[in-house]
Amino acid sequence: MFEFSTRGNGADAPRTLANWQAIGTYPDMVAGIVNSLELAAITSIGILVALVPTMVWVRLRLPRLRRVIELISLLPLTIPAIVLVVGFWPMYQWLGNNVSDSILTLSFAYAILVLPYAYRALDAGLAAIDVKTLSEAARSLGAGWPTVIWRVIVPNISSALLNAGLLSVALVLGEYTIANNLLYPNLQVSLVSLGRTNAGVSIAVAVASLLFAFALLIAISFVGRPRRMRSEVA
Amino acid sequence: MVGGRRLSLTWVGALPFLAYVGVFLFLPTLIIAVGAFFGENGFTFANFTNLSRSYIVAATVNSIILSAVTAAAGAVLGALLTYAIATGNPKGVVRRIAVSASGVLAQFGGVTLAFAFLATIGPAGLVYIWLVQQHVDIYSTGTWLYDLRGLMVVYLYFQIPLMVLVFLPAVDGIRPQWREATESLGGNTWEYWRHVAGPLLAPAFLGATLLLFANALSAYATAAALINQGGIILPLQISNAITSEVGLHEPGFAKAQAVVLIAIVAIITALYGLLQRRTSRWLQ
Repeated sequence: MFEFSTRGNGADAPRTLANWQAIGTYPDMVAGIVNSLELAAITSIGILVALVPTMVWVRLRLPRLRRVIELISLLPLTIPAIVLVVGFWPMYQWLGNNVSDSILTLSFAYAILVLPYAYRALDAGLAAIDVKTLSEAARSLGAGWPTVIWRVIVPNISSALLNAGLLSVALVLGEYTIANNLLYPNLQVSLVSLGRTNAGVSIAVAVASLLFAFALLIAISFVGRPRRMRSEVA
Repeated sequence: MVGGRRLSLTWVGALPFLAYVGVFLFLPTLIIAVGAFFGENGFTFANFTNLSRSYIVAATVNSIILSAVTAAAGAVLGALLTYAIATGNPKGVVRRIAVSASGVLAQFGGVTLAFAFLATIGPAGLVYIWLVQQHVDIYSTGTWLYDLRGLMVVYLYFQIPLMVLVFLPAVDGIRPQWREATESLGGNTWEYWRHVAGPLLAPAFLGATLLLFANALSAYATAAALINQGGIILPLQISNAITSEVGLHEPGFAKAQAVVLIAIVAIITALYGLLQRRTSRWLQ
């Protein structure tokens, strides 16, 4: 792919980075990249803000609900995105007409997509610490629930948070099905439409996004390591 | 009464999450399930009878063939690769790179994977041009990259990595002591695989194969990026029916197709769950 993206014009043209430099000259492409980065940021932060307090609360106060939450969280894995998008279609039509037709509303749909991955990462993180003892200790020292979560739980599961966040980012950046069918131009959608006019530039972007996702996952594999080492010692 | 009130207050903590999931997960599902029975003139079964249109039947059959072939081939090749990774250094660089790369390809490949194929064995791709220079034309019988055979090849590139991801924990769970025990009881390598490792890994292997099948069935992005027009597999047909690129906007029909897809996937997932339960008994 890198070879393709560095081809010059004509059969014997020298290698060139023109395609890479040209990325910036396609406003649609740039807009797609920016859209996807914004979506990735909103989705990953949103899912953490929604999931962490709920999971902590359920662990402490509603143990009976834990199975339900787990089941719900893993459910999106079994529902194909192309099926979900059929259900989203009328909802997003309504959202577009009555609330906002911004592409950023896609974050709501993406949060569902990343839910199973984020849940698993956070569940592993919470399982590794003693949530109950920690929060009871903090409560008995006079901390309110926000303080417990923000000052006690969050620092203890920081690697799980990072893990869940990075996974969400990678997933959102690679998302095509939902955006394409709801006609929102995110990174992958503009990639495909650019690919139909200028293959070299689009493949340059594709290489970049693949490498980016690869780097994120390598980062995750290092993030997970300290916890594993600690549990081996214990 | 006091107990009841405290209970309801505790429930409030989980409410935002449940409300969110309700709106963005259960509402769409409900829209599909109900909408599949409604046309422009109210309640109807027409959406389901329309499923017998020849191109939908063909797309469904194509989807199932594609999923079955790539699941079987992906499972076998992926299992071999998994074994190779598992026997290596568990903390080594090779394993880390292999697992991360598998993650990229299995979950985030999509569009970029299709592009990778266009750039390598597409009609203007590096490998194809080189092959032509060697007087080997892989497209002498037509450019098969854009039909079902091409999809099979491309799909393998996310099926094999997915197999690695889901099968690796099972292979890691096999303990060397079991092999030593087999040997000390006089068993050879064949007997070890036949009577010990084979039966232990079989449920995990079958489960992973089912997962691969469901995965291929529901994949959309790769095919959509590779094939511009038409809908040779079911997900592409669903997309056609909602986005109306061909001028036929049929939301109810799309929902009926979605119901079919989800029904197949649900059956597969249920079987997978059963197998998973058997596997988890051994792997702690």
